[in-house]
Amino acid sequence: MKEGFRQSMAWLHTWSGLLVGWVLFMVFATGTSAYFRDEISHWMKPELHGAPAASQVAPAQAAGQAVRFLEREAAGSPRWNIGLPSDREPDVRVTWTRPQPPGAPRQRPLAVQLDPATGERLAAPRATRGGDFFYRMHFDLHYMPALWARWIVGFCAMFMLVAIVSGIVTHRRIFSDFFTFRPRKGQRSWLDAHNATAVLALPYHLMITYTGLVTLMFMYMPWAAQTAYQGDQKTFFAEAFPNAAGSAPQKAAGRPAALVPLGPLVEQAQARWQGAAASRVVVTFPGDANAAVTVYRDGQASLSSNQASVVFNGTTGQWLEARGEAVPAASETRGVFVGLHMGHFAGPVLRWLFFLSGLAGCVMVATGLLMWAVKERQKYAKALAKGGRIGFGLRLVDGLNLGAVAGLPLAMASFFWANRLIPVATPDRPAAEIAAFFTVWGVATVAAIAWPARRMWQLQLALGGLLFALVPVMNPLTGGAGLVTAATAGHWSLVGFDATCLLLGMALLTSAWWLGRRKPAARAGTAPRSARAPQAPPPAANAPQPLAHPAAEPGLSPARHALAAAETQSS
Amino acid sequence: MTASSPRHAADGAPRPRLRPFLALGDAARYRWAVASRALAAIVGGYVLSALCSTALGLWLPLARAEAVITGTLASFAIYAGAVMWVFAARSAGRAWAGLAVPAAVLGAVLWLVLRGAVTAVGAAS
Repeated sequence: MKEGFRQSMAWLHTWSGLLVGWVLFMVFATGTSAYFRDEISHWMKPELHGAPAASQVAPAQAAGQAVRFLEREAAGSPRWNIGLPSDREPDVRVTWTRPQPPGAPRQRPLAVQLDPATGERLAAPRATRGGDFFYRMHFDLHYMPALWARWIVGFCAMFMLVAIVSGIVTHRRIFSDFFTFRPRKGQRSWLDAHNATAVLALPYHLMITYTGLVTLMFMYMPWAAQTAYQGDQKTFFAEAFPNAAGSAPQKAAGRPAALVPLGPLVEQAQARWQGAAASRVVVTFPGDANAAVTVYRDGQASLSSNQASVVFNGTTGQWLEARGEAVPAASETRGVFVGLHMGHFAGPVLRWLFFLSGLAGCVMVATGLLMWAVKERQKYAKALAKGGRIGFGLRLVDGLNLGAVAGLPLAMASFFWANRLIPVATPDRPAAEIAAFFTVWGVATVAAIAWPARRMWQLQLALGGLLFALVPVMNPLTGGAGLVTAATAGHWSLVGFDATCLLLGMALLTSAWWLGRRKPAARAGTAPRSARAPQAPPPAANAPQPLAHPAAEPGLSPARHALAAAETQSS
Repeated sequence: MTASSPRHAADGAPRPRLRPFLALGDAARYRWAVASRALAAIVGGYVLSALCSTALGLWLPLARAEAVITGTLASFAIYAGAVMWVFAARSAGRAWAGLAVPAAVLGAVLWLVLRGAVTAVGAAS
């Protein structure tokens, strides 16, 4: 759109990033939290905080105990799913579907958490979506059909991919810029922060965007499969993912037969995987002559999302087949892409690194959004000096930036507070928690659009910061295990949750405080700094901003825009 | 956008009072060019990458499912490349042509081959 390849790519980077930036910020924030989805869910069920931290029970033994529970409570079900205990999830999670009369609408499976040692029901936790809410919102949004949501998120992800690649092209000195940070220089500081967070985690950003598209690629790009298989999707999926089909019987025989003990089968499977743990056992048609047992390998054992599994006959214990061990190259490549996106393979250190990279992604998107507004505001410097107004577009962007960047953390913190403050007996409690989240976010965004000012940034950042920082205080007061209790009991996931909330809260509070401190400087303190700079802009641009539109961006001082404008890429 | 908006002053383009279709102002012409390229990038880029992924899925010398997965995996990179081409091209016309020509060639070949395949299947059965 401009002369020169780099200029046109800079233009493309600006606009592809801005137009979907707010959705991308939400996708990044919720996706980052989803690395600790299980841990968040655990924290949000304080009734379970008293259970032993690490499971001393071997998966094989836990599976045997779970069967005793299911035979008692879920007899006649066509399918049992037993989630075995792991480092991240010490409980056994069983789900089962009720027998279903033909033609009846599909029912949601029932889910119960068990003590792995005894196979007894743990204290019934409160009803909550837990970390699954953020995980789902990451690609299904909310209050709309999942199919639309996935198209919207995919569209935005494609913009993101274009923004990243064009951003790299735009970037002349990618390495040296990473070591460049010029604080308190208005737009240039935002550019530096944007560059640093983008370049620091660049492999991650590129990977996470591309692999995100790949997770839903057969929905976004079904044409190759449609054409090669002449519309026969079933055959395609059977050929592409042999894991999904298999030799297990698809129908019950109608003759009762005792289920084989699961423990030895789990041990057999683990021996085949050189000791890699089993994470899940699925029993189809338990108690029937056609019963089958599938043991799945833990996701941590492989980069790929193609989980290896072993299928046994459910009445004789006879070995039927091993799946997902020799996956062809392209299928495995896709599996690794999806696996990289989900991060199931990641151990604690890598998981934290992913989390930090995700946070860097949030900062990258946020600084990019803010930079657009800071630059756009320069165009109004003269008009503002004369007491004029900024344009509608900038005002809207200001409001949306505020509602996304400051409003979303506030809403996420409120979600955790709602989890503890909404009475346990509330009907449809999960929906009430979610309503609290969206109410806070909605109010924050409306307020942001109505008054996109520095004060509003401070207010929302400070509120969000307070709510996050006080989570460790609120947690033990509302029935959870607090930092000290959890640490002495070895509940490191709970400690991690509280500590992370505290750090996030302090970061938000610091930015709110920093904004407040900068305010007088931006108003009155520009003169000495511009005096230091030889190419200081005319004093008109330095005039105090009219009260109706105080600088909405942190660190913004119109005096320094003109300085930076010469050097930064054009929009 | 108010009349006193500095953007137009900076562009040096007087805002046209009347806008006959053939005498668009610079700003309006610029906007049309952007809209045209955005359409080319989003729709044209998708069509081209869909055709490429289909061609790869049919003709890569791999097992059928493998070729399809490879073609589909590559499609997003092709899409991103197409979008960048559209915005890097010297004019909107060139941008459109750069997508339309390969898409037309690929589409025509695919159409001929698929029609041939259907006829062959029909003749065989």
